[in-house]
Amino acid sequence: MTERVIAVVTAGLTTPSSSRLLADQLAAAVRDELSGRGVEARIEVIEVRDHAHDLTNNLLTGFPSTELREVLDTVAAADALIAVTPTFSASYSGLFKMFFDVLDDKALAGKPVLLGATGGTERHSLVLDFALRPLFAYLKALPVATGVYAASTDWGTGATNLRTRITQAATELVAALNHEPAHQTDPYENPTPFEDLLNS
Amino acid sequence: MQFGVFTVGDVTEDPTTGRTVSEAERIKAMVAIALKAEEVGLDVFAQGEHHNPPFVPSSPTTQLGFIAAKTSKLILSTATTLITTNDPVKIAEDYAMLQHLSDGRVDLMMGRGNTGPVYPWFGQDIRNGIALAVENYALLRRLWREDVVDWEGKFRTPLQGFTSTPRPLDGVPPFVWHGSIRSPEIAEQAAYYGDGFFHNNIFWPVTHTKRMIELYRTRFEHYGHGAADQAIVGVGGQVFMRKNSQDAVREFRPYFDNAPVYGHGPSLEDFSRETPLTVGSPQQVIERTLSFREHFGDYQRQLFLMDHAGLPLKTVLEQLDILGSEVVPVLRKEFAAKRPAHVPDAPTHASLKAAAERAHDLETIEEPSV
Repeated sequence: MTERVIAVVTAGLTTPSSSRLLADQLAAAVRDELSGRGVEARIEVIEVRDHAHDLTNNLLTGFPSTELREVLDTVAAADALIAVTPTFSASYSGLFKMFFDVLDDKALAGKPVLLGATGGTERHSLVLDFALRPLFAYLKALPVATGVYAASTDWGTGATNLRTRITQAATELVAALNHEPAHQTDPYENPTPFEDLLNS
Repeated sequence: MQFGVFTVGDVTEDPTTGRTVSEAERIKAMVAIALKAEEVGLDVFAQGEHHNPPFVPSSPTTQLGFIAAKTSKLILSTATTLITTNDPVKIAEDYAMLQHLSDGRVDLMMGRGNTGPVYPWFGQDIRNGIALAVENYALLRRLWREDVVDWEGKFRTPLQGFTSTPRPLDGVPPFVWHGSIRSPEIAEQAAYYGDGFFHNNIFWPVTHTKRMIELYRTRFEHYGHGAADQAIVGVGGQVFMRKNSQDAVREFRPYFDNAPVYGHGPSLEDFSRETPLTVGSPQQVIERTLSFREHFGDYQRQLFLMDHAGLPLKTVLEQLDILGSEVVPVLRKEFAAKRPAHVPDAPTHASLKAAAERAHDLETIEEPSV
C-alpha cells in the first residue's frame, strides 16, 4: 500500500478550538478518500500555537529553532497541505500568517492545498477566497476549488451541509494529489556553476 | 591559524545606563579596540562597512589607514566590503593604497550588505545583489592583476585603457575572502577563484554554517585549487567571558536582551543553544571554539564579535585582555596540534609574494634557451 503524507496546519488559539475540529474533520475525510483508493495517509498535524514563540523568534533572528525547523521541513516534504485558520479582523489570524511568512517561499510550490477557515458567523466566509486564496496563489501552491468555511451554526443545524463541503473538498484534494509536486532542487547540493553566474 | 576581532561599528544605547556614545566616541573606541587587539597578541582586526545609522564605519580605508599607522603587526581587514554598491574601481584603488601604507597588512572580505535602501542610494537594485557581486568582483580582480584594462559590463560605465593606481604592493593583490550567511552562489564564487570563504557564524545554527562551508570546500576542490580540506575557511563567533560563568551571564544578559539583531526574541539560553554564542568562563569559550573544528574542518581564521549592543569600551577591552591572555594561547596550541601538515595557513602578503616569486622563477627556468 502506498503512503501519502498530509500536513495539517491549524492556527486555532483555544483548546479545544473549532479550527482544530474542522482540521481534524478535513484530515479524516482525506484519509477516507485515500483509503477508498487503496492509499494510506500519514497525517501530520501542526498546531501553530505550539510554535508561537519560535515563530516570533524566527522573524527576529532570521532562522528557525531546531524544533520549528523540523515542523517547516515536514510541511515542505508533505504531499499535500490542509491549512485552517480562524477569521480575525476580516482575514486569517496573524499567527497563521506568521507560519507562512517563515516557511520557505518555495516550499509550497506545486503542492495541493485544502483551505479551511472558521468564524463566528457565515458573514466572514469569503475570507477563504479574498484572504487565503491570494496568499497561497502567491506561494505558488495549488489550492483546490472548494474551500471549507465553518461558522458556529455549522456545528449544529448546518452540520449536514458542512459535511457535504468537507467531502467535496477532500475529494478534490485527493484528485489533485495525482499531480507530481514541483521539483525542488537543493541549492547547497546542486549550486549554479560559477561560469553560468558570470555569463548570466 | 589567525585569531582576531570583527566589528560592525554600531552606535547602540547601553541598556544598563541608558547612555549612547557619540559617533566620535564610537569611532575612537573602534581604534582603541584594534590597538588592544595587537597589544594582546591577536592577528586580525576587521571592520564592517555601512552607509546608514546606527553604524559609523562608512569609510573603512580611512579608519584602517589610521590604525595601520599605529600598529605594526596586525592584519587589517574589512568585514565586509560592499562589493555590490561600491565602484570596483574605487575598491581597487583604495585598498591598493592601504596595502602600500600598511606594508601589506591588508585583506578584504567581500559582502553584499543587507539593508534594502542602501542599494538605491547608490544607484543599484537589491534584486541584482548576486549579479553585482559577480560582475564587480570579476572587474576588481582584473584591475589588480592587469596593468591596463579594457572592460565593459552591465553595471558601471565601460573602461578603455584604464590603469588602477597605485598598483598592488609588490604586484601582489590583497587576499580576498567572500562572506555570506546563506547564499550558495557566494560560496561558489569563493571556490571558483580559490579565494577564502568566511561565514559570520553568529546568527545561524552551526548546522547551517556547516552546509555553506562544505559547499565551498567541495567546489574549491572541483575547481582544482587543492583538496577540499585545503580550502581557506574563516568563521566568526560571539563570546562574553568572566571568570565565573554565572557572572558572565548576569552581566551580558541586558545587552543580549536588547541587542539590535536578536533582542526581544529568544532567551540568552535558547540562543546559546541554537547558535555559537558563548557566554561563560574562558574555559567554556575555549571548548566551544574548539568544537567548531568538528563541524567545519581545520580552518584558518577565527574572528570574534566583542563590541556590539552598547557594551562600554572598558568592558570590551577587559574582554580582549581575557581573550588574548587566557583563550587564544590555548586555542592556538590545540588547533595546531590537531591540524594535519597539508592544511595551509591563511595567505598573507608575505606568503602570496613568495608564491608569486616561485611561480616567476619556475616560468624563467622553463623558458627555452635561445
